[in-house]
Amino acid sequence: MLKIENLHAEIDGKEILKGLNLEVGAGEVHAIMGPNGAGKSTLAYVLGGRPGYEVTQGSVTFMGEDLLDMDPHERAAAGMFLGFQYPVEIPGVSNVQFLREALNSQRRTRGEEPLSGGDFLKLAKDKAGLLKLDMEMLKRFVNVGFSGGEKKRAEMVHMGILDPKLAVLDETDSGLDIDALKTVGEGINTIMRSADKGVLLITHYQRLLDYVKPDHVHVLADGRIVKSGGPELAHQLESEGYEAVAA
Amino acid sequence: MTALPTIRDEEWRYADFDAVGRFAPEAIDSWREIEVAAGETFRECVVIDGSDPFLSRIRITVGKGGRAELFAVNACADYARLDVQVSLAEGAHFEFGGVTIGGGDATREFVTRTDHSAPDATSNQVVRSVHWGQATGNFLGRIDVGREGQRTDAAQDFKGLLLEKGASANAKPELEIFADDVKCAHGAAIGQMDEMASYYMASRGIAPDVARRLLIRAFIADALAALDDEDEAERLFEAALQVLERKGA
Ligand SMILES: Nc1ncnc2c1ncn2[C@@H]1O[C@H](COP(=O)(O)OP(=O)(O)O)[C@@H](O)[C@H]1O
Ligand SMILES: [Mg+2]
Repeated sequence: MLKIENLHAEIDGKEILKGLNLEVGAGEVHAIMGPNGAGKSTLAYVLGGRPGYEVTQGSVTFMGEDLLDMDPHERAAAGMFLGFQYPVEIPGVSNVQFLREALNSQRRTRGEEPLSGGDFLKLAKDKAGLLKLDMEMLKRFVNVGFSGGEKKRAEMVHMGILDPKLAVLDETDSGLDIDALKTVGEGINTIMRSADKGVLLITHYQRLLDYVKPDHVHVLADGRIVKSGGPELAHQLESEGYEAVAA
Repeated sequence: MTALPTIRDEEWRYADFDAVGRFAPEAIDSWREIEVAAGETFRECVVIDGSDPFLSRIRITVGKGGRAELFAVNACADYARLDVQVSLAEGAHFEFGGVTIGGGDATREFVTRTDHSAPDATSNQVVRSVHWGQATGNFLGRIDVGREGQRTDAAQDFKGLLLEKGASANAKPELEIFADDVKCAHGAAIGQMDEMASYYMASRGIAPDVARRLLIRAFIADALAALDDEDEAERLFEAALQVLERKGA
């Protein structure tokens, strides 16, 4: 469903991604691991179309379409979800308002009918329950005053409500205590583990992978995938370190 | 009859004098008088959305323990000025919420003068300005605290949101304080659209024009937060946000 070929991208004229290749098929969970500064977040933002992240070479195909040709909101409507390493605070806009607008915007873009207020609230309540996030939190402004863990759980509530085809999750496990990690891991499985969906899990640590078992593990270093393998690669990275494994 | 104001008059310093010159001198001299009796509440919501230069001057006298509330959206296509002078009796309150919004090259302004010469009176003024093109938004707020104005609590808060380079916003508080037990708070900040918030919205599927509308609504909401009438608040929001539609992308 996602095919990245020879992707080069730069920020402010500095090349960060230097010829990255990766393919994610439907029903698969891929983990991307790598040292700080390797370009993991850059990859996520390039896939999400963040302004300022310029693709200079290569191609990305998503569900048979040219992803790089779509605006960020069109990518979302096409089924791409980006989980942010640092979720953004939006004072003055409640989660409920934000998410309802997001879901209905996506539906409009896809030519579907908008969801009614009642149906939306039912859906939101259901997904908040799945992530053990108090519904009251969703009435508050987007991420404002949320703890690190609450922000990450809220992101997974977004994902549950928007029901994407592909989730690119950038260090969703950082800032989570052990109980929250389990909740989030199970949430990802419930929402995304299905034959027609894919997950690209960017993480620093093995621990999230204990809950969300990857089918493939890749090491990203200096803007390229330098090694790929099965789940055992994550364990090897954990015990031996990136340098030894990627060398 | 007084002479036309000039740029040397403090409370006209940011005015558009081409437009001011087109006002009849009578208009500049004419004040609408409003008396709020002791213990009573007066509320008015104003939408200024015409295309000719606009001037409205209001003098409000609030009796003991009374309350005057004024909410205004200034979205005029030409120079528009709302002048408010308020005189507060003991324990009275003045609430002002103002939004200036628009593009073109118009100046849109609120000028208030609040007289706290009696004890225990309070005032709260919140102004939000959203501009693009070559437009300007101003808030000049003068507060006079007389010798008897003990325990005055006066707050002014201004924020400007400039969507394009050529736009500007000015806030000028002016305090004259002759009492010693007084609280006067004032804040002013000018910023641009939060790019990361816009992108976060886009990443969730919200189209750019919808995202902009949501963010601007959130920004101006502070100015209408004290308006305890949902229908009126919605009318003012609509009047303000409708101007955005004319802006284009
Ligand atoms: N806005 C930016 N301007 C310039 N360089 C940046 C910017 N953002 C990130 N970088 C650089 O890009 C490289 C990759 O960063 P990032 O993708 O965040 O790495 P990771 O997520 O793997 O830790 C780093 O060297 C970082 O300093
Ligand atoms: Mg990162």
